[in-house]
Amino acid sequence: MGYISLSEKDKKEMMDRIGISSVAELFRTIPEDVKLKRKLKIPSPLTEVELVSRFEEFAQRNKYRDFLSFLGAGAYPHLIPYVVDYLSSRGEFVSPYTPYQPEVSQGTLQVIFEFQTLICQLTGMDIANASLYDGASGAAEAVLMAHRLKEKPRVLIPLALHPQYRKVIRTYVKNLGVTLEEVGYTESGRMDLEDLKRKLDGQTSAVVAQSPNFFGVVEDLGKISDMAHSAGALSVVVITEPVSLGLLEAPGALGADIVTGEGQPFGIPLSFGGPYLGFMSCSKEFVRQFPGRIAGETKDVEGRRGFVLTLSTREQFIRRERATSNICTNQALCALRATIFLETLGKEGLRDLAWQNMQKANYALEKLSQAKGINRKFSGSIFNEFVIELSADIAKVETALREKGVIPGLKIGEFYPGLGNCLLVCVTETHKKEEIDQLASFLEEAL
Amino acid sequence: MIREPLIFEISEKGKRAFSLPELDVPEKKDILKNLPLRKEIMGFPEVSEVEVIRHFTRLSRTNYSVDEGFYPLGSCTMKYNPKINEKVAAILEFISSHPYAPSDLVQGNLEILKTVEELLAEITGMEAFSLQPSAGAQGELLGMMLIRACLEERGNPRSIVLIPDSAHGTNPSSAHICGYRVQEVKSNEKGTIEVDDLARHMTEDVAALMITNPNTLGVFEADIKEIAKIVHSKGGFIYMDGANMNALVGISRPGDMDVDVIHLNLHKTFSTPHGGGGPGAGPVGVKRELEPYLPIPVIEKKEGKYILDYDRPQTVGRVRSFFGNFLVVVKALAYILSLGPQGLKEVAEVAVLNSNYIRKSLENEYHLKYKTPTLHECVFSDKFQKEHDVLNIDIAKRLIDYGLHPPTMSFPLIVQGALMTEPTETESKRDLDLFIDAMKQIARESKENPEVVKSAPHTSYVRRLDETAAARQQILRWEEEGKAEK
Repeated sequence: MGYISLSEKDKKEMMDRIGISSVAELFRTIPEDVKLKRKLKIPSPLTEVELVSRFEEFAQRNKYRDFLSFLGAGAYPHLIPYVVDYLSSRGEFVSPYTPYQPEVSQGTLQVIFEFQTLICQLTGMDIANASLYDGASGAAEAVLMAHRLKEKPRVLIPLALHPQYRKVIRTYVKNLGVTLEEVGYTESGRMDLEDLKRKLDGQTSAVVAQSPNFFGVVEDLGKISDMAHSAGALSVVVITEPVSLGLLEAPGALGADIVTGEGQPFGIPLSFGGPYLGFMSCSKEFVRQFPGRIAGETKDVEGRRGFVLTLSTREQFIRRERATSNICTNQALCALRATIFLETLGKEGLRDLAWQNMQKANYALEKLSQAKGINRKFSGSIFNEFVIELSADIAKVETALREKGVIPGLKIGEFYPGLGNCLLVCVTETHKKEEIDQLASFLEEAL
Repeated sequence: MIREPLIFEISEKGKRAFSLPELDVPEKKDILKNLPLRKEIMGFPEVSEVEVIRHFTRLSRTNYSVDEGFYPLGSCTMKYNPKINEKVAAILEFISSHPYAPSDLVQGNLEILKTVEELLAEITGMEAFSLQPSAGAQGELLGMMLIRACLEERGNPRSIVLIPDSAHGTNPSSAHICGYRVQEVKSNEKGTIEVDDLARHMTEDVAALMITNPNTLGVFEADIKEIAKIVHSKGGFIYMDGANMNALVGISRPGDMDVDVIHLNLHKTFSTPHGGGGPGAGPVGVKRELEPYLPIPVIEKKEGKYILDYDRPQTVGRVRSFFGNFLVVVKALAYILSLGPQGLKEVAEVAVLNSNYIRKSLENEYHLKYKTPTLHECVFSDKFQKEHDVLNIDIAKRLIDYGLHPPTMSFPLIVQGALMTEPTETESKRDLDLFIDAMKQIARESKENPEVVKSAPHTSYVRRLDETAAARQQILRWEEEGKAEK
């Protein structure tokens, strides 16, 4: 079915006014040799009923939902209050464009302003932007920003940074004369500060740290930021699981200069990886080099408060090749979801959520570590993920658990050759105690 | 209308809108030792569920949207967003899939991605697609990276990218992030690329020409094949910005125009909602030559199974995590399957008909700098109204009083005082006429009573906002009273 609103009579009247007898005449500026002379080879149209069954067929070929899963690693299963879906599906939020006309976009703009405030409060920074595509490209934008600010060739990134984030950073900086160097980790799973010390020099623009890091271990951000600063570099903090900020100290209070990360855990379903929500915040002094849209407060001609997109001279549509970023369309509707999520949970709710994640994951870690054939890999304190090492072949164990309907976590050997028999296990408030106990007993059986 | 405060201003200690089930594992305090804990999240809101609902419902009512009415924002293709597409994209099996789920458990998702890649290839005449980019600008960046990677392998990445002066601002910005220097190609009096001028600029140091077709004036670059020949003869590539693909679906294919790389905007041509500024999706299509450089993973079908191929030695890497904006891709697929080949062609036909109807109806009242025939959009200017001191921004704001969304004003830069108008195919004649009548009325007002236009809007939730003050004051977040200045 098409979505055309013209009747044949309308079309006729319109063509008469234009002075043509067929619509084809309107395409006369397209040379014949680049016109398509046949019908597109795509399936015949489906009615609404047929369309829904077609997609239900696709859906039935997904079996993941039948499994008890402990996958995390940058995409976290969390509860979503029903009001998030309810409010974020309103057409007034879903169907407008970027708020270029603030007088008829106050809803979107005020939501962005509230979102920016929430991100500042959580990360302990002065300013935040309206969103970026996802955590990984956010990390890349942060590295580019630090490089613009410091103009030194080196950026240090930890091996304990999410492997996809490392890949995206590498892809983004490749053509801009930035050299990336990787900093190792210790037996605690935290960044190896000796290695950091060795690699830090006066030619370093930024030190990137992820906390909790890819192994789920909480980093000593205060120490890392201090070390970065003493070498004249900026401290860039990446957060892939921002629920942790309900409990853990804000990176801004620990010396971070730029904080960026993934907002998916705030009310956005797993969705096979997207759309997600990149966020970024920084100190006020860096505002001119800050990428992305920003909403700001102002007044209308009658003195009433209103919000507008501001500081647009940083942006591509004004500054073109000298812009701080090429980002234009971002993830506004996902930022709306996060805003509703955070305002619904509120101060105590987010703390409770973080508390439950930490308690359950630690319960799971203890339970699994007691099992025969399983070792806790890193000694550092964790939030809602941890790495275990198995005594038996990991592929065999996985197959055995699959038969029991369990996906025990992510194999991380392909990203870290030294961690061949290791699993990254994520436990959130969505996992019941019995399910954690089940995981432990199935693993023990398989080992 | 109630003026809705910021949520922080109605927050009161102890209020809650949500509670969690009781913790079912034994609580332990010692796990917190050695961790840097925060006391509280200063200023974080505390409200009830009813307050949340009222807050966002009231805010939503201050937005203008496509669901409410005509939204002729040029180059943004603000067409109707079919509601059924939202429903299919919300199917539980899609939204609950973890992106690290083993491939054999998400065959439906992978089939959707592969199917969309193939459909887009057919629609554009390209040979392979990546669905990873999250929006048009990221697609541009990826497209330029592919070109650079290929040239590097040939021995020289080159240093210049040519971009017409009519281009969208993301083009030069994306080329720059890819390490290129931008050289502008001037448009001729027809509003198109001057072939001779291009030939002069085209050297063996030029990596690519970034072209938008039809361009931002709505004019088809009829010399496209000649242009491609010139660029190719010096070993360069043609990058096409597919933002205006709505004018071409089913009519003409960029692949047949000898384009090497294209990005599409699923949130424009393929009807997925703009969401107040995203999420969108900016798939990139290429010819075979550039396929080896596509980002990882690439989806392959082997022995009836969809698998993820990470073993791509020539890949540029990744521009974001996982597989891109999957749910946006789901909606675009629903759109393509609903329309079919004839329906898609009709999209272009009616979009172009609607645009030409507006152009013809307003050509006496509004100046058209370029007389060349246009396709899906046309760019008026404020030249006639300027004589009465009325600018494009005033006309735009006055349209708000008539209950309509204004056209685009920020570009193309080659038209001063631009009013770039794109109606799309989904609008009724009644809505087109409402716009035409309003524009005519504003043209009259500009002559007879310019003040009423210059002081518009008069009826909106807020009136004209002081954007200069916003940039100067830089109030970019709410702060507790007394804490405004640290």
